[in-house]
Amino acid sequence: MLSPEERAEIEAEFPHYPNRKAVCIDAMKIVQKRRGWVPDEALADIGELLGMSIADLDGVATFYNLIFRRPVGRHVIYVCDSVSCWIMGSDRQCGHLSERLGIQLGETTPDGRFTLIPIVCLGACDHAPVMMIDDDTHFDLTPARIDRILERYP
Amino acid sequence: MAAEKPLTLNMRPDGAALDRAAYERAGGYGALRKALKMSPAEIVEEVKASTLRGRGGAGFPTGLKWSFVPVNAPHPRYLVANADEMEPGTFKDRLLLERNPHLLIEGMAIAGYATGTDVGYIFLRGEYKLAAARIANALAEAYAAGYLGANILGSGYGMELRLHLSAGRYMCGEETGMLNALEGKRANPRAKPPFPPVSGLFGKPTTINNVETLCNVPPIVANGAAWFRGLSRGKDGGTKLYGASGKVNRPGIWELPMGTTIRELLEEHAGGMLDGFRFRGLLPGGASTDFLVEQHLDTPMDFTEVQKAGSRMGTGTMIVLDDKTCPVGMTWNLTHFFAQESCGWCTPCWSGLGWAERVLKAMEEGQGQPGDLEKLAFQTRFWAPGHTFCALAPGAAEPLQSALKYFREDFERHITEGRCPWR
Ligand SMILES: Cc1cc2nc3c(=O)[nH]c(=O)nc-3n(C[C@H](O)[C@H](O)[C@H](O)COP(=O)(O)O)c2cc1C
Ligand code: SF4
Ligand code: FES
Repeated sequence: MLSPEERAEIEAEFPHYPNRKAVCIDAMKIVQKRRGWVPDEALADIGELLGMSIADLDGVATFYNLIFRRPVGRHVIYVCDSVSCWIMGSDRQCGHLSERLGIQLGETTPDGRFTLIPIVCLGACDHAPVMMIDDDTHFDLTPARIDRILERYP
Repeated sequence: MAAEKPLTLNMRPDGAALDRAAYERAGGYGALRKALKMSPAEIVEEVKASTLRGRGGAGFPTGLKWSFVPVNAPHPRYLVANADEMEPGTFKDRLLLERNPHLLIEGMAIAGYATGTDVGYIFLRGEYKLAAARIANALAEAYAAGYLGANILGSGYGMELRLHLSAGRYMCGEETGMLNALEGKRANPRAKPPFPPVSGLFGKPTTINNVETLCNVPPIVANGAAWFRGLSRGKDGGTKLYGASGKVNRPGIWELPMGTTIRELLEEHAGGMLDGFRFRGLLPGGASTDFLVEQHLDTPMDFTEVQKAGSRMGTGTMIVLDDKTCPVGMTWNLTHFFAQESCGWCTPCWSGLGWAERVLKAMEEGQGQPGDLEKLAFQTRFWAPGHTFCALAPGAAEPLQSALKYFREDFERHITEGRCPWR
């Protein structure tokens, strides 16, 4: 069941588009904002609200990098693996993150604190290497900086 | 008095966004007032005369694009600002979005009026959280002052403007992929024709422009086409947001006359190479442009001249390759990106890119085979314009084909030595 808040927020998008189907990406993001990911039953509920099949919705969901169809940790770390960051040593920073957290890219720490995933260029290449944690972008990464930054995400 | 850096002059040094009051004090929204007293056709003519070319990468003449919306085209008509900026190595639109959101809004209001637009969308990549907050705020300020909405400044013209946050995929930046994304679909591109000005978003006439393109519109209307042409050192008018990343002393972004040479950008503005690193080459404007090398450094950075040198200016943000970075590794990284972001529609793209990525990975890991280079070069020909549905595959071909040309020896050493010499 969509919560009343989720439903209200999705319905508030309706006037911004000429049909309901166009709202589906926003709808999935609204659910994800509250639950961390988009579970199957939420797809069914969104489908009912927007008049779309679950298959259609899942086809859309799986196209996009920022919609999660599996649970993630409390915080999501997105490490940029694109070219400028790579030149500036993102492999090493990524290796450091993996080691510190004890997980590989695509995994979540056993305590559910962090999920580590790669992301394409975050548009901050003049401050490479770069990562994003939840909504914050972090620049000019070094192992020591990474350690300090992680402490801010309990 | 007209600024020589119309895009960045009024940005606050502390990095905060220019709010409406400060934007207005600097003359902001004056161009919109002026535009509303002109006819839409007059604005299109002025923009044509300015020689403004699209800053999204392809350099399409903006005034000409606007004139493609038929005069008696049906309504509602749409205008979409392409703020997807997912091209690796590109970080110019983020500056405008975060620091000068009203410039984009004013540019869209004028572009909207010129094309008879009823509804505009700012298609923003989802990761640009700070930009999203600042644009949302600026939109509210603009609505409150009557610069947006029904009957803008009492002119009788009205446009709604909405912010749309993407869920992330490079293909959303391709203009018809973007239209599908806005309609709540997968961002596969559409067959053209029909072109978006005739049948675009929700099947209605639609104009799509890059953020930097739209930000150039208010200064053109305010100061005139001749002034705009005069800002440039070459044939393509205006200034350009240029950037550099990689092992240079001062990676960054600068608004400079269009046609500033690559050498000047690299040596003066980026401060040259970091100590201990030598220049080997660069991608002039993002991941999907051909490498240029030493012999090209005196090329003026504009659409015309960079093309003559065998590449494309693209987004104008250069990615610099140094002598301690492996060109094969770099090409692998780039090809990995394109293979991952392929939408899967055309075989040469989804299959060929994946194959090329595996070959490059093997080479980098010491498993290269004789004949790999010929096969890779042969493969890039299938990605040329005309073989695929959209420009992603042709873009992917550019760094690879040029790397094979300029860094051939490095590729060969990987194969003959059976290892990456940089590891
Ligand atoms: C795969 C792909 C990704 C693109 N990404 C962007 C982008 O992020 N931003 C952008 O402005 N243009 C992008 N473009 C170019 C757009 O399709 C389009 O040409 C541009 O937005 C037109 O605006 P302009 O005429 O103002 O340059 C991309 C093109 C392709 C093929
Ligand atoms: S070239 Fe690639 S990204 Fe473009 S339509 Fe074909 S498969 Fe999709
Ligand atoms: S390549 Fe990492 S931020 Fe651009």
